[in-house]
Amino acid sequence: MDSLSALRWALARDLSLALRRRADALQVLGFFVLACALFPLAIGPQREWLQRIGPGALWVAALLAVLLALPRLFETDHADGTLESMLASGQPLPALLAGKMLAAWLVTGAPLVLISPVLALSFDLPGELMPLLMLSLLLGTPILLCIGAIASALTLGLKGGSTLVTLLCLPLYVPVLVFGAGALESSMAGLSAQAHLALLGAGMLVAAVVSPFIAALALRISVE
Amino acid sequence: MNLFRYAAPQSFYPLAGRLLPWFAGLAAVLTAVGLYIGFAVAPTDFQQGEVYRIIFIHVPSAWMAMFVYLVMAGYAVLTLVWRSRMSALMTRALAPTGALMAAIALYTGAIWGKPTWGAWWVWDARLTSTLILLFLYLGYMALVSAIEDPVRGDRAGALLLLVGVINVPIIYFSVRWWNTLHQGASVSLTTAPKMAQTMLAGMLIMSLAAWMYTIAAALHRVRTLILDRERHTRWVRQLHALEGRSSSRRTS
Repeated sequence: MDSLSALRWALARDLSLALRRRADALQVLGFFVLACALFPLAIGPQREWLQRIGPGALWVAALLAVLLALPRLFETDHADGTLESMLASGQPLPALLAGKMLAAWLVTGAPLVLISPVLALSFDLPGELMPLLMLSLLLGTPILLCIGAIASALTLGLKGGSTLVTLLCLPLYVPVLVFGAGALESSMAGLSAQAHLALLGAGMLVAAVVSPFIAALALRISVE
Repeated sequence: MNLFRYAAPQSFYPLAGRLLPWFAGLAAVLTAVGLYIGFAVAPTDFQQGEVYRIIFIHVPSAWMAMFVYLVMAGYAVLTLVWRSRMSALMTRALAPTGALMAAIALYTGAIWGKPTWGAWWVWDARLTSTLILLFLYLGYMALVSAIEDPVRGDRAGALLLLVGVINVPIIYFSVRWWNTLHQGASVSLTTAPKMAQTMLAGMLIMSLAAWMYTIAAALHRVRTLILDRERHTRWVRQLHALEGRSSSRRTS
């Protein structure tokens, strides 16, 4: 099996698994919506305040939602032995992991991107900002997932692994948050968001290419 | 003499023991001299008054915090590529000192910031990236302590360090950019007036002291780590028996 068909196999397998366990993806989405709803409750319903914190709040909530989705990436496969079979199969592991990560993004990241305009309306953000919001999340959430995949591969099977993943990921998430929320901030300030988006896009490409290899190395360290 | 001999814990242990007093002694002497210059000889700053003197501790610890992370990443490469045992132990030994240096830099920065900027904490680019650096150290320490298998812990920690060190410049520049976007010109160290000769001398001596302290602390810690890791080997048992005998002789 070449790399591309290995990727396709892992993608199809994880997507069909996700289709049979729809609650998992819905939980992440539900968390995103609820987390966004907490901000107005905490700071008050004044429209200008909500507009001010809206972009940042949406991005923080999306970041935490991705973090919430990470434990499912490898844990179930590790528990039922699928992961060991993948490692022993002699198939290109980075390709298999890339398929798994793509599937995970389609199941958890893509819904966040799609629902974000609705939540942006609840912060009374201007309609012109919606495409930019979706684009920044479209470029940013894959990076979060890629970094998270490495961290969850490193902490595989450890006690308190999900807390540890949070501690490992959050410092590394800082640039994504800065550029993602910064794109919206600068657009609302009347500046161009192009530079932020270009950096996010570059980060996404690098992460997508490099992280499957690092995650594969991390998995081998953890399982062997 | 073959330097690679010291890549084996068994031969590094006595070497570390011999070097340790020298580095610890140098650290003590240099700290005393540096603090004397810093607090007694260096002139009062005409803008900031006496409060500036915190830089004699603040700047060396901030430098050390960044440098130790780089050194750890260097050891991480050795661990991952050559699977050398000593480098992994050195990485583990350095981490607490690096975290300590970052914490000291943040703490002294806050003390300096209150009278100078009027706030214990400002979201300045340097402060924020030092805070993130502290969390990178804590993350590394949490990961290696959570993994019971020593080899897995060594290698997982090394990989995390490498991912971290690639990200450190990105984090630094993103935070700097974020800061310039949000607030205009804030007070920064780069605009500080030119330093007097004695101030510079005091700071350099304190930096050297921080180096010596870091090496001494790492050597001390790595000796414990070696004994712990190699406790089932014959040489550690012999050492233990030897030291047990000498200590019992002393007490009798």
